[in-house]
Amino acid sequence: MNLKQLTLGLAAAAAMTGSAYAYELTVPTLDYRTGPYAPNGIPFANGFSDYFTLLNERDGGINGVKIKLVPCETSYNTKKGVECYEKTKNAGNGALFYSPLSTGMTYQLIPKVTADGIPLYTMGYGRTSAANGKVFKWVFNVPMTYWDGATVAVQYAADKSGGMDKLKGKKIALVYHNSAYGKEPIRTLEVMSKKYGFELKLLPVDHPGQEQKATWLQIRRDRPDWVFMWGWGVMNQVAIKEAASIRFPMDHFIGVWWSGSENDVLPAGAKADGYKALAFHAPGADFPLHKDIIKYVYDGGKAVDPSYKDRVGEVLYNRGLVNALWAAEAIRTGMNIHKTKEPTAAQVRDGFEALDVSEARLKELGLPGFTFGVKVTCANHKGPGKVAVQSWDAKAKKWSIVTDFYQPMDDITGPLVEEDSAKFAKENNITPRECK
Amino acid sequence: MMFLLEATISGLMAGVMYSLVALGFVLIFKASGVFNFAQGVMALFAGLTLVGLMEKFSLPPWAAIIATIAVMILLAWLIEFLVLRRLVNQAPIILFMATLGLAYVLEGLGDILWGSDVKLLDIGLPQGAVDWLLDDYNLYVERLEVAAAVTAVIMVVVLAVFFQKTRIGRALRAVADDHQAALSVGISLRTIWVIVWSVSGVVALVAGIMWGSKSGVQFSLSLIALKALPVLMLGGFTSIPGAIIGGLIIGVGEKWAEIYMGPIIGGAIENWFAYMLALAFLLVRPQGLFGEKIIERI
Repeated sequence: MNLKQLTLGLAAAAAMTGSAYAYELTVPTLDYRTGPYAPNGIPFANGFSDYFTLLNERDGGINGVKIKLVPCETSYNTKKGVECYEKTKNAGNGALFYSPLSTGMTYQLIPKVTADGIPLYTMGYGRTSAANGKVFKWVFNVPMTYWDGATVAVQYAADKSGGMDKLKGKKIALVYHNSAYGKEPIRTLEVMSKKYGFELKLLPVDHPGQEQKATWLQIRRDRPDWVFMWGWGVMNQVAIKEAASIRFPMDHFIGVWWSGSENDVLPAGAKADGYKALAFHAPGADFPLHKDIIKYVYDGGKAVDPSYKDRVGEVLYNRGLVNALWAAEAIRTGMNIHKTKEPTAAQVRDGFEALDVSEARLKELGLPGFTFGVKVTCANHKGPGKVAVQSWDAKAKKWSIVTDFYQPMDDITGPLVEEDSAKFAKENNITPRECK
Repeated sequence: MMFLLEATISGLMAGVMYSLVALGFVLIFKASGVFNFAQGVMALFAGLTLVGLMEKFSLPPWAAIIATIAVMILLAWLIEFLVLRRLVNQAPIILFMATLGLAYVLEGLGDILWGSDVKLLDIGLPQGAVDWLLDDYNLYVERLEVAAAVTAVIMVVVLAVFFQKTRIGRALRAVADDHQAALSVGISLRTIWVIVWSVSGVVALVAGIMWGSKSGVQFSLSLIALKALPVLMLGGFTSIPGAIIGGLIIGVGEKWAEIYMGPIIGGAIENWFAYMLALAFLLVRPQGLFGEKIIERI
């Protein structure tokens, strides 16, 4: 062996044993940075991408394997989202999971991911009955569903009214985006309306929701005690402004977690003060993880959107961040279960199904007290389902969580999940799995 | 009864907001026969530019408005120079397709220049309900929409004077009536196109200000063009009063439909009802309420 061969051999050995593992974990990001929903899509996409970039820059990836992000622009258009899925599923070493941030896309992708064997992670959106892991083997919606959210909104209204029995005779209006997403809570609210005796008024708003005068005139006429909103994009901003204009009390107006970002309330100015929204994680950037993101991602010149630095910690940014965090932990779990550095999508699915991110683990990851601990099982793909309520302080321009995390009412949602997933299984000839 | 009055007033006000967008379409179609698909995006672009100038250069609203008008005039010149003059004598569908492309270019340009975030637009326009009407008569009328109605009236008067009383206005009308005849008497088609696209840009700015004040300036503003289409179908593509009257009819019609028919047939019918109403008018008057009846000899 001459000197040249020795040098080459040493270099090769160093490359193989060193921290830089050549294999890359492929994560497609179905973003929407353009179009009418871009103001919501951008913060989420930035949070999602920044977390994986941080793992690459700070930790050398997950278990020493770097992550390769494969972005694809959907413009929140279901057709484009499906095209993105087809285009990216075989990219790199093969897509490990998808998070499309769209209920419409989720409905289209469920049969595709089931056939292709790729996990679909729809964090707090998508098809609620996918919570039933016996039927939806490839779909996960941890940490909660829209139906959980609907039960928590009703519980909050009941608490403020003096108890569940005080809901009898009350009026609750649901202002919703007239889409698969917006219609999700209706079934639960209808069941609760019958059980607790409140009157439910349904007020759909067509995409994009720029003009809602007729909706709010009806609210003015009917004077509901509470208004719940399942909105997205400009619909949220217009609704909050309209509510303020007709002097609807903001503390009786509760949006779902997709109707509670800074973008939604700022256009209404001071009049949005006291507006409520459901939440499953904290707002703000006062966490060690955010400091790491600034240091390694933004100051390190690795951010996808460098101009976003001052907005790190906004609600939808944190939403994308925690989506990426739970997904990254699922990948790590899958790698650990199968003792591999080159996991397949099926192995990552196993990771999702064994996902266990406790509050202690959250602290290790740099997010102490950011959200609750989550645990997924074979039968339960939605996790604990807990939801809190956050309130907007217009003066300080800050969201704050103002309640403890409520437990969802599984006695209400459980039978509905069973019923809807059984219907899906029957329609698609799926025999539900056995879960130990 | 009071609620019906409230619904009607709100419908009229919403109609005025639609008319503001429709007016831009009418101006360009009237002068050049081009259906400008990019009109909604022009409103968005103007709104983005206005807020961008106010935020980045700390300009007061009046200065930012003047600067935005200058930008819209420059844009009109660029559109004429880069697109229209190269498509003279092409079929209307080619020009329409060009405006379709223009819409995407402007949307992308707006994104690159000013970003995709929701931007607050506060140039001092009144917001919220008219307090004394609400407090004393329990009648809800939105102040911003009253401001929009007043602005629309002023704009129609100014446009009417411009078209009827000025030399350029008469030239515009001549071009609208007959391109060939206008050219033969020495009217420059290119100059006219720059002027009409500039005026349309200013109208787009007004629409952008009103809609932007309502919901913040954001990319969904480009979709307000969809609200203007039934107004145009109903009012006629060549009539300024038609754009106003059409807007009012569509506004009131869709509000009544949503409030009184919506709960019976499932709600969210505003959008398609406006088109249905416009189609019903088309069956009776294909040229719209105030459009010019086209008779072609074979």
